[in-house]
Amino acid sequence: MINNRALWKAWLLAVGVMVPWNTVNAESSSEDAIAEYRAMFGDDNPAELWLIRGKDLWQQRRGPKNADLSGCDLGRGPGVIEGAYAELPRWFADTGRVQDLETRLITCMTMLQGMAEADILAVRFGDGDNKSDLEALVAYVADASKGHAVSLPMTHSQEKAAYALGAALFYHRAGPHDYSCNTCHGENKKRIRLQAMSKLDDAKGARDAYTHWPAYRVSQGELRTMEWRLQDCYRQQRMPQLKFGSEVAIALTMFLAKNAEGGVMAAPSIKR
Amino acid sequence: MTDPMRVRATLMGDRVEVKVLMSHVMETGQRKDIDGNIVPARYIVKVAAHCNGREVLSADWGPSISKNPYLAFRFKGAAKGDKVSITWTDNAGESRSDDVAIA
Amino acid sequence: MRLDSYPLAVMIVILWSQAGAFARANEMSASDVTTALRSSFVAKGQATMERLQQDETQTLCTAHARHPLPPEVAEHVSALNRVTIKPPANGQYLGDFKRGEIVALSGTGLQSSDDPAKPAGGNCYACHELAATELAYGTIGPSLRRYGKLRGSSKVTLEFAWGKIYNSNAQTACSRMPRFGHHGILSEQQLQDVMAFLFDPASPVNQ
Repeated sequence: MINNRALWKAWLLAVGVMVPWNTVNAESSSEDAIAEYRAMFGDDNPAELWLIRGKDLWQQRRGPKNADLSGCDLGRGPGVIEGAYAELPRWFADTGRVQDLETRLITCMTMLQGMAEADILAVRFGDGDNKSDLEALVAYVADASKGHAVSLPMTHSQEKAAYALGAALFYHRAGPHDYSCNTCHGENKKRIRLQAMSKLDDAKGARDAYTHWPAYRVSQGELRTMEWRLQDCYRQQRMPQLKFGSEVAIALTMFLAKNAEGGVMAAPSIKR
Repeated sequence: MTDPMRVRATLMGDRVEVKVLMSHVMETGQRKDIDGNIVPARYIVKVAAHCNGREVLSADWGPSISKNPYLAFRFKGAAKGDKVSITWTDNAGESRSDDVAIA
Repeated sequence: MRLDSYPLAVMIVILWSQAGAFARANEMSASDVTTALRSSFVAKGQATMERLQQDETQTLCTAHARHPLPPEVAEHVSALNRVTIKPPANGQYLGDFKRGEIVALSGTGLQSSDDPAKPAGGNCYACHELAATELAYGTIGPSLRRYGKLRGSSKVTLEFAWGKIYNSNAQTACSRMPRFGHHGILSEQQLQDVMAFLFDPASPVNQ
């Protein structure tokens, strides 16, 4: 009798475990496949190609002033890149405004190296052989924050204002599809097609997402940054073109970064 | 001007594990640009790896290999400090070689 | 009150009031947001700057995004959107399910990168499960598998589904689903084709 009961229980357990597994499969199998793909690369993420180029761009003497970027202050002192990305965006005294990494790099390239902003922006997003210096530099600087916790004390009033604007924008519904960031990023464990979405006004969701940008995007064969991500989101929201380094771009980056505070940077990562 | 490859070679027991990340557009010749014109094909056709004067890998590639290709392979008969060199050649005749010492 | 908990209590009271002041001082006014939007975007392709302007539904749904929708606001938004629903001109709710499937699969249309001459898609699969054969479906909206098979196609059922697709906010105030008919995202023919994709017994959705 004990044998029969044990057998019966084992059978029930087996069936009980199997049944929900099927329904979860469609969702977890695609994520498993992506995780396997990432593991296969190990530490050979194609983003490394941008890191190599970024390091050269940081160390080479370039531009009309024939200077390297060792004097570039990203918030932790001139030339310090270690941990700098994890503390951006932040307010800078010399420009009197809140800046993200991309706009800060433009400041350095124009002020220290004498380059023209228009020339830098002309290739802000790379495309094959048309390579973006900004993307390479972002990869290089972000990589130096790998392992660092995102930290945004937000002591300056402009930093607080940027966060508040970002928060307001996150829920702002507009355009023919009525989309706000919150439309797609308002719930955890949901997905669009097979792409999992994080809840970005939530610490956990924000950390999962923010710490993995910049990233090598396999579908494009390019390294993409937060500035790219934001303007591409707005394009899909059926909005007009978000300007590079605009108040909205920086405010939303501030909102996401602050929400992600405490999360450990893992960029540059690899994405579909 | 070609971009450098990222090459890593590690001795694991009696085999050397080589991992190479190449920077190449690998354009298939089937894509159209925004004006509807075909983007010309440009892809790696040959990859060769050498160590201690002998060829340890030879590969014929084509347009099905992805952009910024990643290649990993193993071979026997080398020691730490030996130099492994990788060379790619594309259909336009462009070529690139990079090497690394086995760690 | 014990003497040594007094400073703590005072501190808590001060922090609490300051937190309120912080929140108020840093809450963005609608005009602040509008100003920032105007200076941060530029028109591109068919995406004009006027898309940044909100209609009444969008304004209300934004204002109440961070807390449960008050019943009277929900009622008002529903009513506002209910009156926009137009039944098909020829009285036929169902079109061609094969064309409907194409609309459901297509995710382009109305973006700054899209050709305005080409028809828009509904991108239904972005959020919904539909035909069993399509595994790449989203989960933001409920599953619509066997939609017609499970519900039948009585007049009431057809009108309900038509209303949902034409203007989702009529039934669900501040719904995340775009207002496909009211905002002219899909043409009347496309709406009828999507309805067929949902209801036609031969449609892949109902297998």
